[in-house]
Amino acid sequence: PWFLEVFKARILPQLSPVLSPQASCIQHRLVVRDASSLQILQLYTCLDQIQYIEWSSDSLFILCAMYKRGIVQVWSLEQPDWHCKIDEGSAGLVASCWSPDGRHILNTTEFHLRITVWSLCTKSVSYIKYPKACQQGMAFTKDGRYMAVAERRDCKDFISIFVCNNWQLLRHFDTETQDLFGIEWAPNGCVLAAWDTCLEYKVLLYSLDGRLLSSYRAYEWPLGVKGIAWSPSSQFLAIGSFDEKVRILNHVTWKKITEFDHPATISSKKTIVYKEVEKSPTVDTERLTFPPTRALASSLFSTQSKYDISQVPVSLQYIKPVADRANPKVGVGMLAFSADNCFLATKNDNIPNAVWIWDIRKLKLSVVLEQLCTIQAFQWDPCQPRLAVCTGSSRVYLWSPAGCVVVQVPGEGDFQITSISWHCSGDSMLLLSKENFCVCYLEREERKGVKTCCPV
Amino acid sequence: MLFLSFGVWWEIDPVIDLISLPSPLVFYQELTTMGFPSIYAEPKGKELNLVCIINCMNELLVLQHKNLRAQEEVEIQHLKLGSDMDHLQNCYAKLKEQLELSKREIVGLQERDRQLQSKNRNLHQLLKNEKDEVQKLQNIISSRATQYNHDMKRKEREYNKLRERLHQLVMNKKDKKLAMEVLNYVGRADGKRGAWRTDKTEARNEEEMYKVLLSDYEQRQKQLLLENAELKKVLQQMKKDIISLLPPQKQKPKERSEDGLVLSDQEEDIGELNKENMWELSCETVREQLTNSIRKQWRMLKNHVEKLDNQVSRGHSGAWNEKDVISREDHELETGKLELEIQQCKEMIKTQQQLLQQQLTCDDDTTLLLQDCYLLEERERLQEEWRLFREQKKNFEKERKSFTEAAIRLGLERKAFEEDRGAWLKHQFLSMTADCKPENTTASAFLRSSDPDIRLVKSASRQRRLPSVLSPAVSPEPFQISQYIAQNSVASEKPAADNMPNLWVEGDDKEETEECTKSWEDSGVGPLFRNLHMEQLP
Repeated sequence: PWFLEVFKARILPQLSPVLSPQASCIQHRLVVRDASSLQILQLYTCLDQIQYIEWSSDSLFILCAMYKRGIVQVWSLEQPDWHCKIDEGSAGLVASCWSPDGRHILNTTEFHLRITVWSLCTKSVSYIKYPKACQQGMAFTKDGRYMAVAERRDCKDFISIFVCNNWQLLRHFDTETQDLFGIEWAPNGCVLAAWDTCLEYKVLLYSLDGRLLSSYRAYEWPLGVKGIAWSPSSQFLAIGSFDEKVRILNHVTWKKITEFDHPATISSKKTIVYKEVEKSPTVDTERLTFPPTRALASSLFSTQSKYDISQVPVSLQYIKPVADRANPKVGVGMLAFSADNCFLATKNDNIPNAVWIWDIRKLKLSVVLEQLCTIQAFQWDPCQPRLAVCTGSSRVYLWSPAGCVVVQVPGEGDFQITSISWHCSGDSMLLLSKENFCVCYLEREERKGVKTCCPV
Repeated sequence: MLFLSFGVWWEIDPVIDLISLPSPLVFYQELTTMGFPSIYAEPKGKELNLVCIINCMNELLVLQHKNLRAQEEVEIQHLKLGSDMDHLQNCYAKLKEQLELSKREIVGLQERDRQLQSKNRNLHQLLKNEKDEVQKLQNIISSRATQYNHDMKRKEREYNKLRERLHQLVMNKKDKKLAMEVLNYVGRADGKRGAWRTDKTEARNEEEMYKVLLSDYEQRQKQLLLENAELKKVLQQMKKDIISLLPPQKQKPKERSEDGLVLSDQEEDIGELNKENMWELSCETVREQLTNSIRKQWRMLKNHVEKLDNQVSRGHSGAWNEKDVISREDHELETGKLELEIQQCKEMIKTQQQLLQQQLTCDDDTTLLLQDCYLLEERERLQEEWRLFREQKKNFEKERKSFTEAAIRLGLERKAFEEDRGAWLKHQFLSMTADCKPENTTASAFLRSSDPDIRLVKSASRQRRLPSVLSPAVSPEPFQISQYIAQNSVASEKPAADNMPNLWVEGDDKEETEECTKSWEDSGVGPLFRNLHMEQLP
């Protein structure tokens, strides 16, 4: 993999979903670069500090949301002169996103009073009333045809399904939840999963036409669902809960086929445990020069690390959660299926340094990656079974069934990677820290190289 | 001198007459009461019968001895009983101690048991208490949860009201500006125009939605059908394999009938499922049939394997039934040996066939030559034998000659010897008749009188015999010799049947000559006479 120099950016940049351009913003400026060369293509200026940017699905437009002012500005890549501004006024703005067709913008007003659907094609405006103020209250199907919105009226939860074509209400039904926490479509677009607040373990599965297909409840009183993930083939639904387990439901009977436990001690002989170990930098004392060069200085002080295979049984670092706090750091909070349906990566929040990779074909724990620092994020390559993990250090870790590797981001200073975003082709990924970002290119062959570029 | 009587020590003077002691009347009374006869000579007399007294004394002594012995025995018995008693008492004491100990133990154990039971009860009680507490806590939780939900709902309603109010206030204040400014409207992504919301569109939406759902279900159903077909194929394959694995051995008629039924079922199934396309068949009965038949077959196979396992384990443990089971190594050895044998036999057959072929297919010349060869061989062999035979014959001739010569010599010598003998006997007889004894005249006279006759007769007979002896000895010499040869030769040329009497005669002759030699050595009359006598007697 080769890296480019780290660039300053104020906000999470985004890689265009389809084409190569890449947008990032600094303060109130939007910078659009070519993704392969990172040459600046366009530069736009917005009215206020940009809080959120999003590419449209066809990569022709970018929306920039400024929540403080309640304004959304849309820019076109084809026509740099074209501009659009949406002002929510006193309604305020808390969230903004594109519709799947790339021609409508959905703004969520303050206090979640309503969702306004602004059309870029016509002058029409639609409102969706009483949206639910929850983590995942809005979900689009993969093919972009339907949108499900969680609503709450009179202390009861409802789900509305809209046709994205013409924003007509297709179905409206109530859910048997206490406090609907999130909804997510299956990748095949026919099943909608809805889960309840963590005080109640309940996962409901609705068909596209609003029928309740099944309801799953693992236990009653302890804290419930923390997160869910659909497998790309829609065969499995993985439910991560506060009891440190992941339960997998199958799409035929909607019953649990297995549950994965995340104990602090791994004793199975078939599991490979990769442990990140620091290796002290070797200093060639003869090569030392005075004054020391930048590269030398940085290399002296930066710690290198590599992976070692630990012998089973391995005991991982376990953090006992504080009992009297809300939203304790317990349970499986992060879970994601690989693109080929074969692996599931999970993170147990009270074993924060480990990523668990499960083999779905065998329904067994395959690999555990034990890192030195807390896992911040991981993401699967959209094309092949390759997982990128970041822990807040300046290294990105890549795992694939062939093995795993530590990739050091070159450069001086601290670059604390907090999130990762893959390019849709799987050739490059975006590494983001609080203020900087970096693009990592992955070669198809195993050659490594570094390409430097001047920062903006 | 002190004297004890009736428990009183008396001092007596030995000189003084014993009679001055207390009157023997006392003794007499005692003795009579004891059953002794009276010590007085006569009743109421004063004279003592000494003998009686002594007798009484004797009896008393005897009695005393007896008593002493009895006393000894009693004492011994008493001692024995005493020791037994001691022993028993010791045992009793020990047993009592043991009993005490075990009683104490029992008590201790009972106490422990009681403690444990009470502990158990306590634990049960604790468990029950804990369970009750848990139940209570759960109830508390559920009640609190409902309370919280209720409160939450109330607060939410309030919040909604506030929101609405705020929204109203805010919206009222603000001027209704155009919220959206856009340079120009963009075309739709798919290039079409927007449609009005009508019933038609609604219906179309529904249609679309159902289409999507249906297509999804159809896809899933296709996948499931494919899977089913695959699995059915696999099951069929498995069934075939199981049938082939099962040994076709003898079974009870009941099982056979079952087997038959099952087989027919299978055949039916196979037929059915092959006739119609497997991909489309999924009706309940066929599925059940298939699975049931597979289950049956599988069970049979399992039983078979278990039987084999048992056999193997029995063999390993040593309890062999040698008729049925042989070890693997033996089996292999046997098979190896048999294979070797087969190989050898095959080779032999091959060679023999070759030879046979040769024989059958070779020319006349070669056969004649071969036959000639065989004849030559035989002839040579016969010639060898002839040669040997002639050699032997020569040897025999030689031997015969030597024997005849020896026999002639022997005959001549014998003749000479006989003549000498006759002369000597004559001489002896003549000398003997001159000095014979008178006493043995009667017997001997008779003998004597007849003697000369006898002798003469004897001699004459002998003489006559001698030549007769000699003549057979001389004339049929070749007979004798031939007989001798015949005895020794291997080839049976001359019969020996008529030589038997000669043998016998010869034996006699030999005996005679031996006896004669003996008589010469004795040189006495007796033996001579005896000889003569013996000769006379046949």
